[in-house]
Amino acid sequence: MAVAAEPIELAATTPRPFTVVERRRETEDTWTLELEPVDGPPLESLPGQFTMLYAFGVGEVPISISTCGDRLVHTVRAVGAVTDAICAAEPGTVLGVRGPFGNAWPLEEAVGRDLLIVAGGIGLAPLHGALVHALENRRDYREVALLYGARTPADLLYRAELVGLGSRHDLQLDVTVDAADWQWHGKVGVVPKLVAAARFDPDTAIALVVGPEIMMRFTIEALLARGIATERIYLSMERNMRCGVGHCGHCQLGPTLICRDGPVYSAAGIAALMEVREL
Amino acid sequence: MDARTPLVLDPAALEALVDVLRRRGHRVLGPRVESGAIVYGDLESAAELPVGVRDVQEPARYRLEPRGDDARFGYANGPHSWKQFLFPARVRLWSARRNGDVEFSDELEAPAPLALLGVRPCELHAIEIQDRVFLGGRYTDRDYESRRTGAFLVAVECSSPAATCFCTSLGTGPGGGEGADLVLTEILEDGHRFLARAGTDAGAAVLEELPSRPATDDDLAAAAAVVEHAAGEIRRRLDPTDLRGLLQRATESPRWDDVASRCLTCANCTLVCPTCFCSSVEDTTDLAGRTAERARTWATCFAVDHSYIHGGAIRPSARSRYRQWLTHKFGTWNDQFGVSGCVGCGRCIAWCPAAIDVTEELAALRAEEEAVQ
Amino acid sequence: MKTIDLLLRDVPAFDCLAPDMLELVAGCASNVQFGVDGVIFREGDHADTFYVVRHGSVALETFVPGRGSLLIETVEAGEVLGWSWLFAPYRWHFDARTLTPVRATAFDGACLRGKCEDDPALGYALMSCFARVMIERLQWTRLRLLDVYGNGRRG
Repeated sequence: MAVAAEPIELAATTPRPFTVVERRRETEDTWTLELEPVDGPPLESLPGQFTMLYAFGVGEVPISISTCGDRLVHTVRAVGAVTDAICAAEPGTVLGVRGPFGNAWPLEEAVGRDLLIVAGGIGLAPLHGALVHALENRRDYREVALLYGARTPADLLYRAELVGLGSRHDLQLDVTVDAADWQWHGKVGVVPKLVAAARFDPDTAIALVVGPEIMMRFTIEALLARGIATERIYLSMERNMRCGVGHCGHCQLGPTLICRDGPVYSAAGIAALMEVREL
Repeated sequence: MDARTPLVLDPAALEALVDVLRRRGHRVLGPRVESGAIVYGDLESAAELPVGVRDVQEPARYRLEPRGDDARFGYANGPHSWKQFLFPARVRLWSARRNGDVEFSDELEAPAPLALLGVRPCELHAIEIQDRVFLGGRYTDRDYESRRTGAFLVAVECSSPAATCFCTSLGTGPGGGEGADLVLTEILEDGHRFLARAGTDAGAAVLEELPSRPATDDDLAAAAAVVEHAAGEIRRRLDPTDLRGLLQRATESPRWDDVASRCLTCANCTLVCPTCFCSSVEDTTDLAGRTAERARTWATCFAVDHSYIHGGAIRPSARSRYRQWLTHKFGTWNDQFGVSGCVGCGRCIAWCPAAIDVTEELAALRAEEEAVQ
Repeated sequence: MKTIDLLLRDVPAFDCLAPDMLELVAGCASNVQFGVDGVIFREGDHADTFYVVRHGSVALETFVPGRGSLLIETVEAGEVLGWSWLFAPYRWHFDARTLTPVRATAFDGACLRGKCEDDPALGYALMSCFARVMIERLQWTRLRLLDVYGNGRRG
């Protein structure tokens, strides 16, 4: 994947048509779609960014980019009318894509340091691009660790890929589930608990965290307990989004517009805002 | 004669002004009386202006009454602002057709250029604020840009502020006119006339076509006196010192519960506010699923679904929604756009059915903080 | 090879104990090893030992008639395994089975309870240590109960 310094924004208000070329079921309610543009060049984006994905006649939702190269890959959870329609899109269906929008994971800042990627549930999707980038440029980083968990083994994303990752000697991989099924012989426990056993230098490591807000809060606590400063912990925030371009006022979180200043924020920058209820 | 020098126009010249603008292809919009309020709408003639009418405004109160003279602009404002023309309540963004392939088409509406007659100094500031929102960021709102670029602005300084006005506290009025193509000041003493100054070349060109005479020093002094008198009439005050910091520190103030017990979350304030810009999108399709359309529509942060994400609304309570609006308007707007979001027009005070006064709420928050110290 | 109290110094569960107390505790300890799929203890058995896992992973399980063993939680290196030795009736509530080869330090519960009774200061310190560890376990368990990954559709 080419990582451009300034990604070209190809569609701001009007969607670009993209065709679904592959559709894979990840879990009971999550699908991965691979998209190619109907015409024109492929989308260029940086890990951490998102697009506004449109299902014809139904509506549009912000979805983080899972990977981006010749194909635009999105992992989507079906939680409403629009995502239902997107997840049901068989190969050949045309979806609308606006973007990419937002800022990126601080992978430049992490060069020469330990990189910790901590994901809960579908939170692995927005971090997937960062993981791929780190593994493709492995020598830029010291330790690379993926700490990942989901509710049950059936809820783990990218299971085939995880198996492959498990055999890499240059990646610390630790996977856990909240509740086991009858076949699971791995760790059972919450994701924040994995932080204690990960190998990294707390004085310099960079941590990227995505998951349900409660899980992120506990993970930040666990990272702080290991000595990583809040300036080096990064999160991806979520709010209601409509325009994606900073004009509609929906995605405000206090002084910041998540579509424009985020969705990636350092915990130092955002912690105070996360503490105010109903902000 | 250099048309940038101040000129004086007879009231009758306003008819010529409307005429000139229409002949130049503008859709002329201005104030008129309708349903007991001064609203903005199409003007075919200057006779439609609210002649001899004044507005009386208090929290939750708006009435018109006769002035006993022929003033054309002897009022402050009404429930309308100019945003309904530059940032219309509903705009088609694009339409799409599906026939195997999907095609999106997004040609702009390209309506006739606008001429806004009677823009108050505070309203000029409001337009500038919306310019920042829609044109000043990384992305430009194409629709707003097209309506804004061709618009001809005729500012009219204030002579008769309402009791709800507080522009003097924010430096947005009652005089001013920077950014307008023409600036008029209505003088009633010693002969009803208008001081007219061109702010742009386009304004100067229009002024040249109107019957006028050069302004004397007396005319200039009279115009200045009108504005000075208006400033003196403004009684409502707001201390704008570090409102951003004040609101940042006040997130858990009990005052929010107090105002929440009064606020109906009816969204009148966001509708009448000249700077509120929140919008939503409406996606529609025909029954066969062959054509689809998206429109941009006005939205309000007072609606519960404004903050809805999967699972529920982030701001379900009236308390959090009022706090969001006030904090954004006077505080975080600065973080987002580099200016305050309020211009002191006082519309939100008059049109709030619960008589909530933003100046009072902010003063209460400040007093609370000072009491603790 | 490190002596037991040196080993104990690295264990997060005991890092609130002063060195002299660690030595007292070490007096009740011994090193143990298990192969894969080894049974450390069984539900219902007499519970008079607790373990600190040094290497490997242990599954806490419960047996469900008709279905077999259900994995409740895994206990990893550095964690304490077993609480039932603290209070009567001293019976294990779950099965503990190794998922990998495991090396652990085993503590004689009766020995420790005796020392705590003789030395209340040690007793208080040990209880404080364990309380902290138990609270952390409770937080993690509550987090699992919250089911934070729940589908957004649920009422």
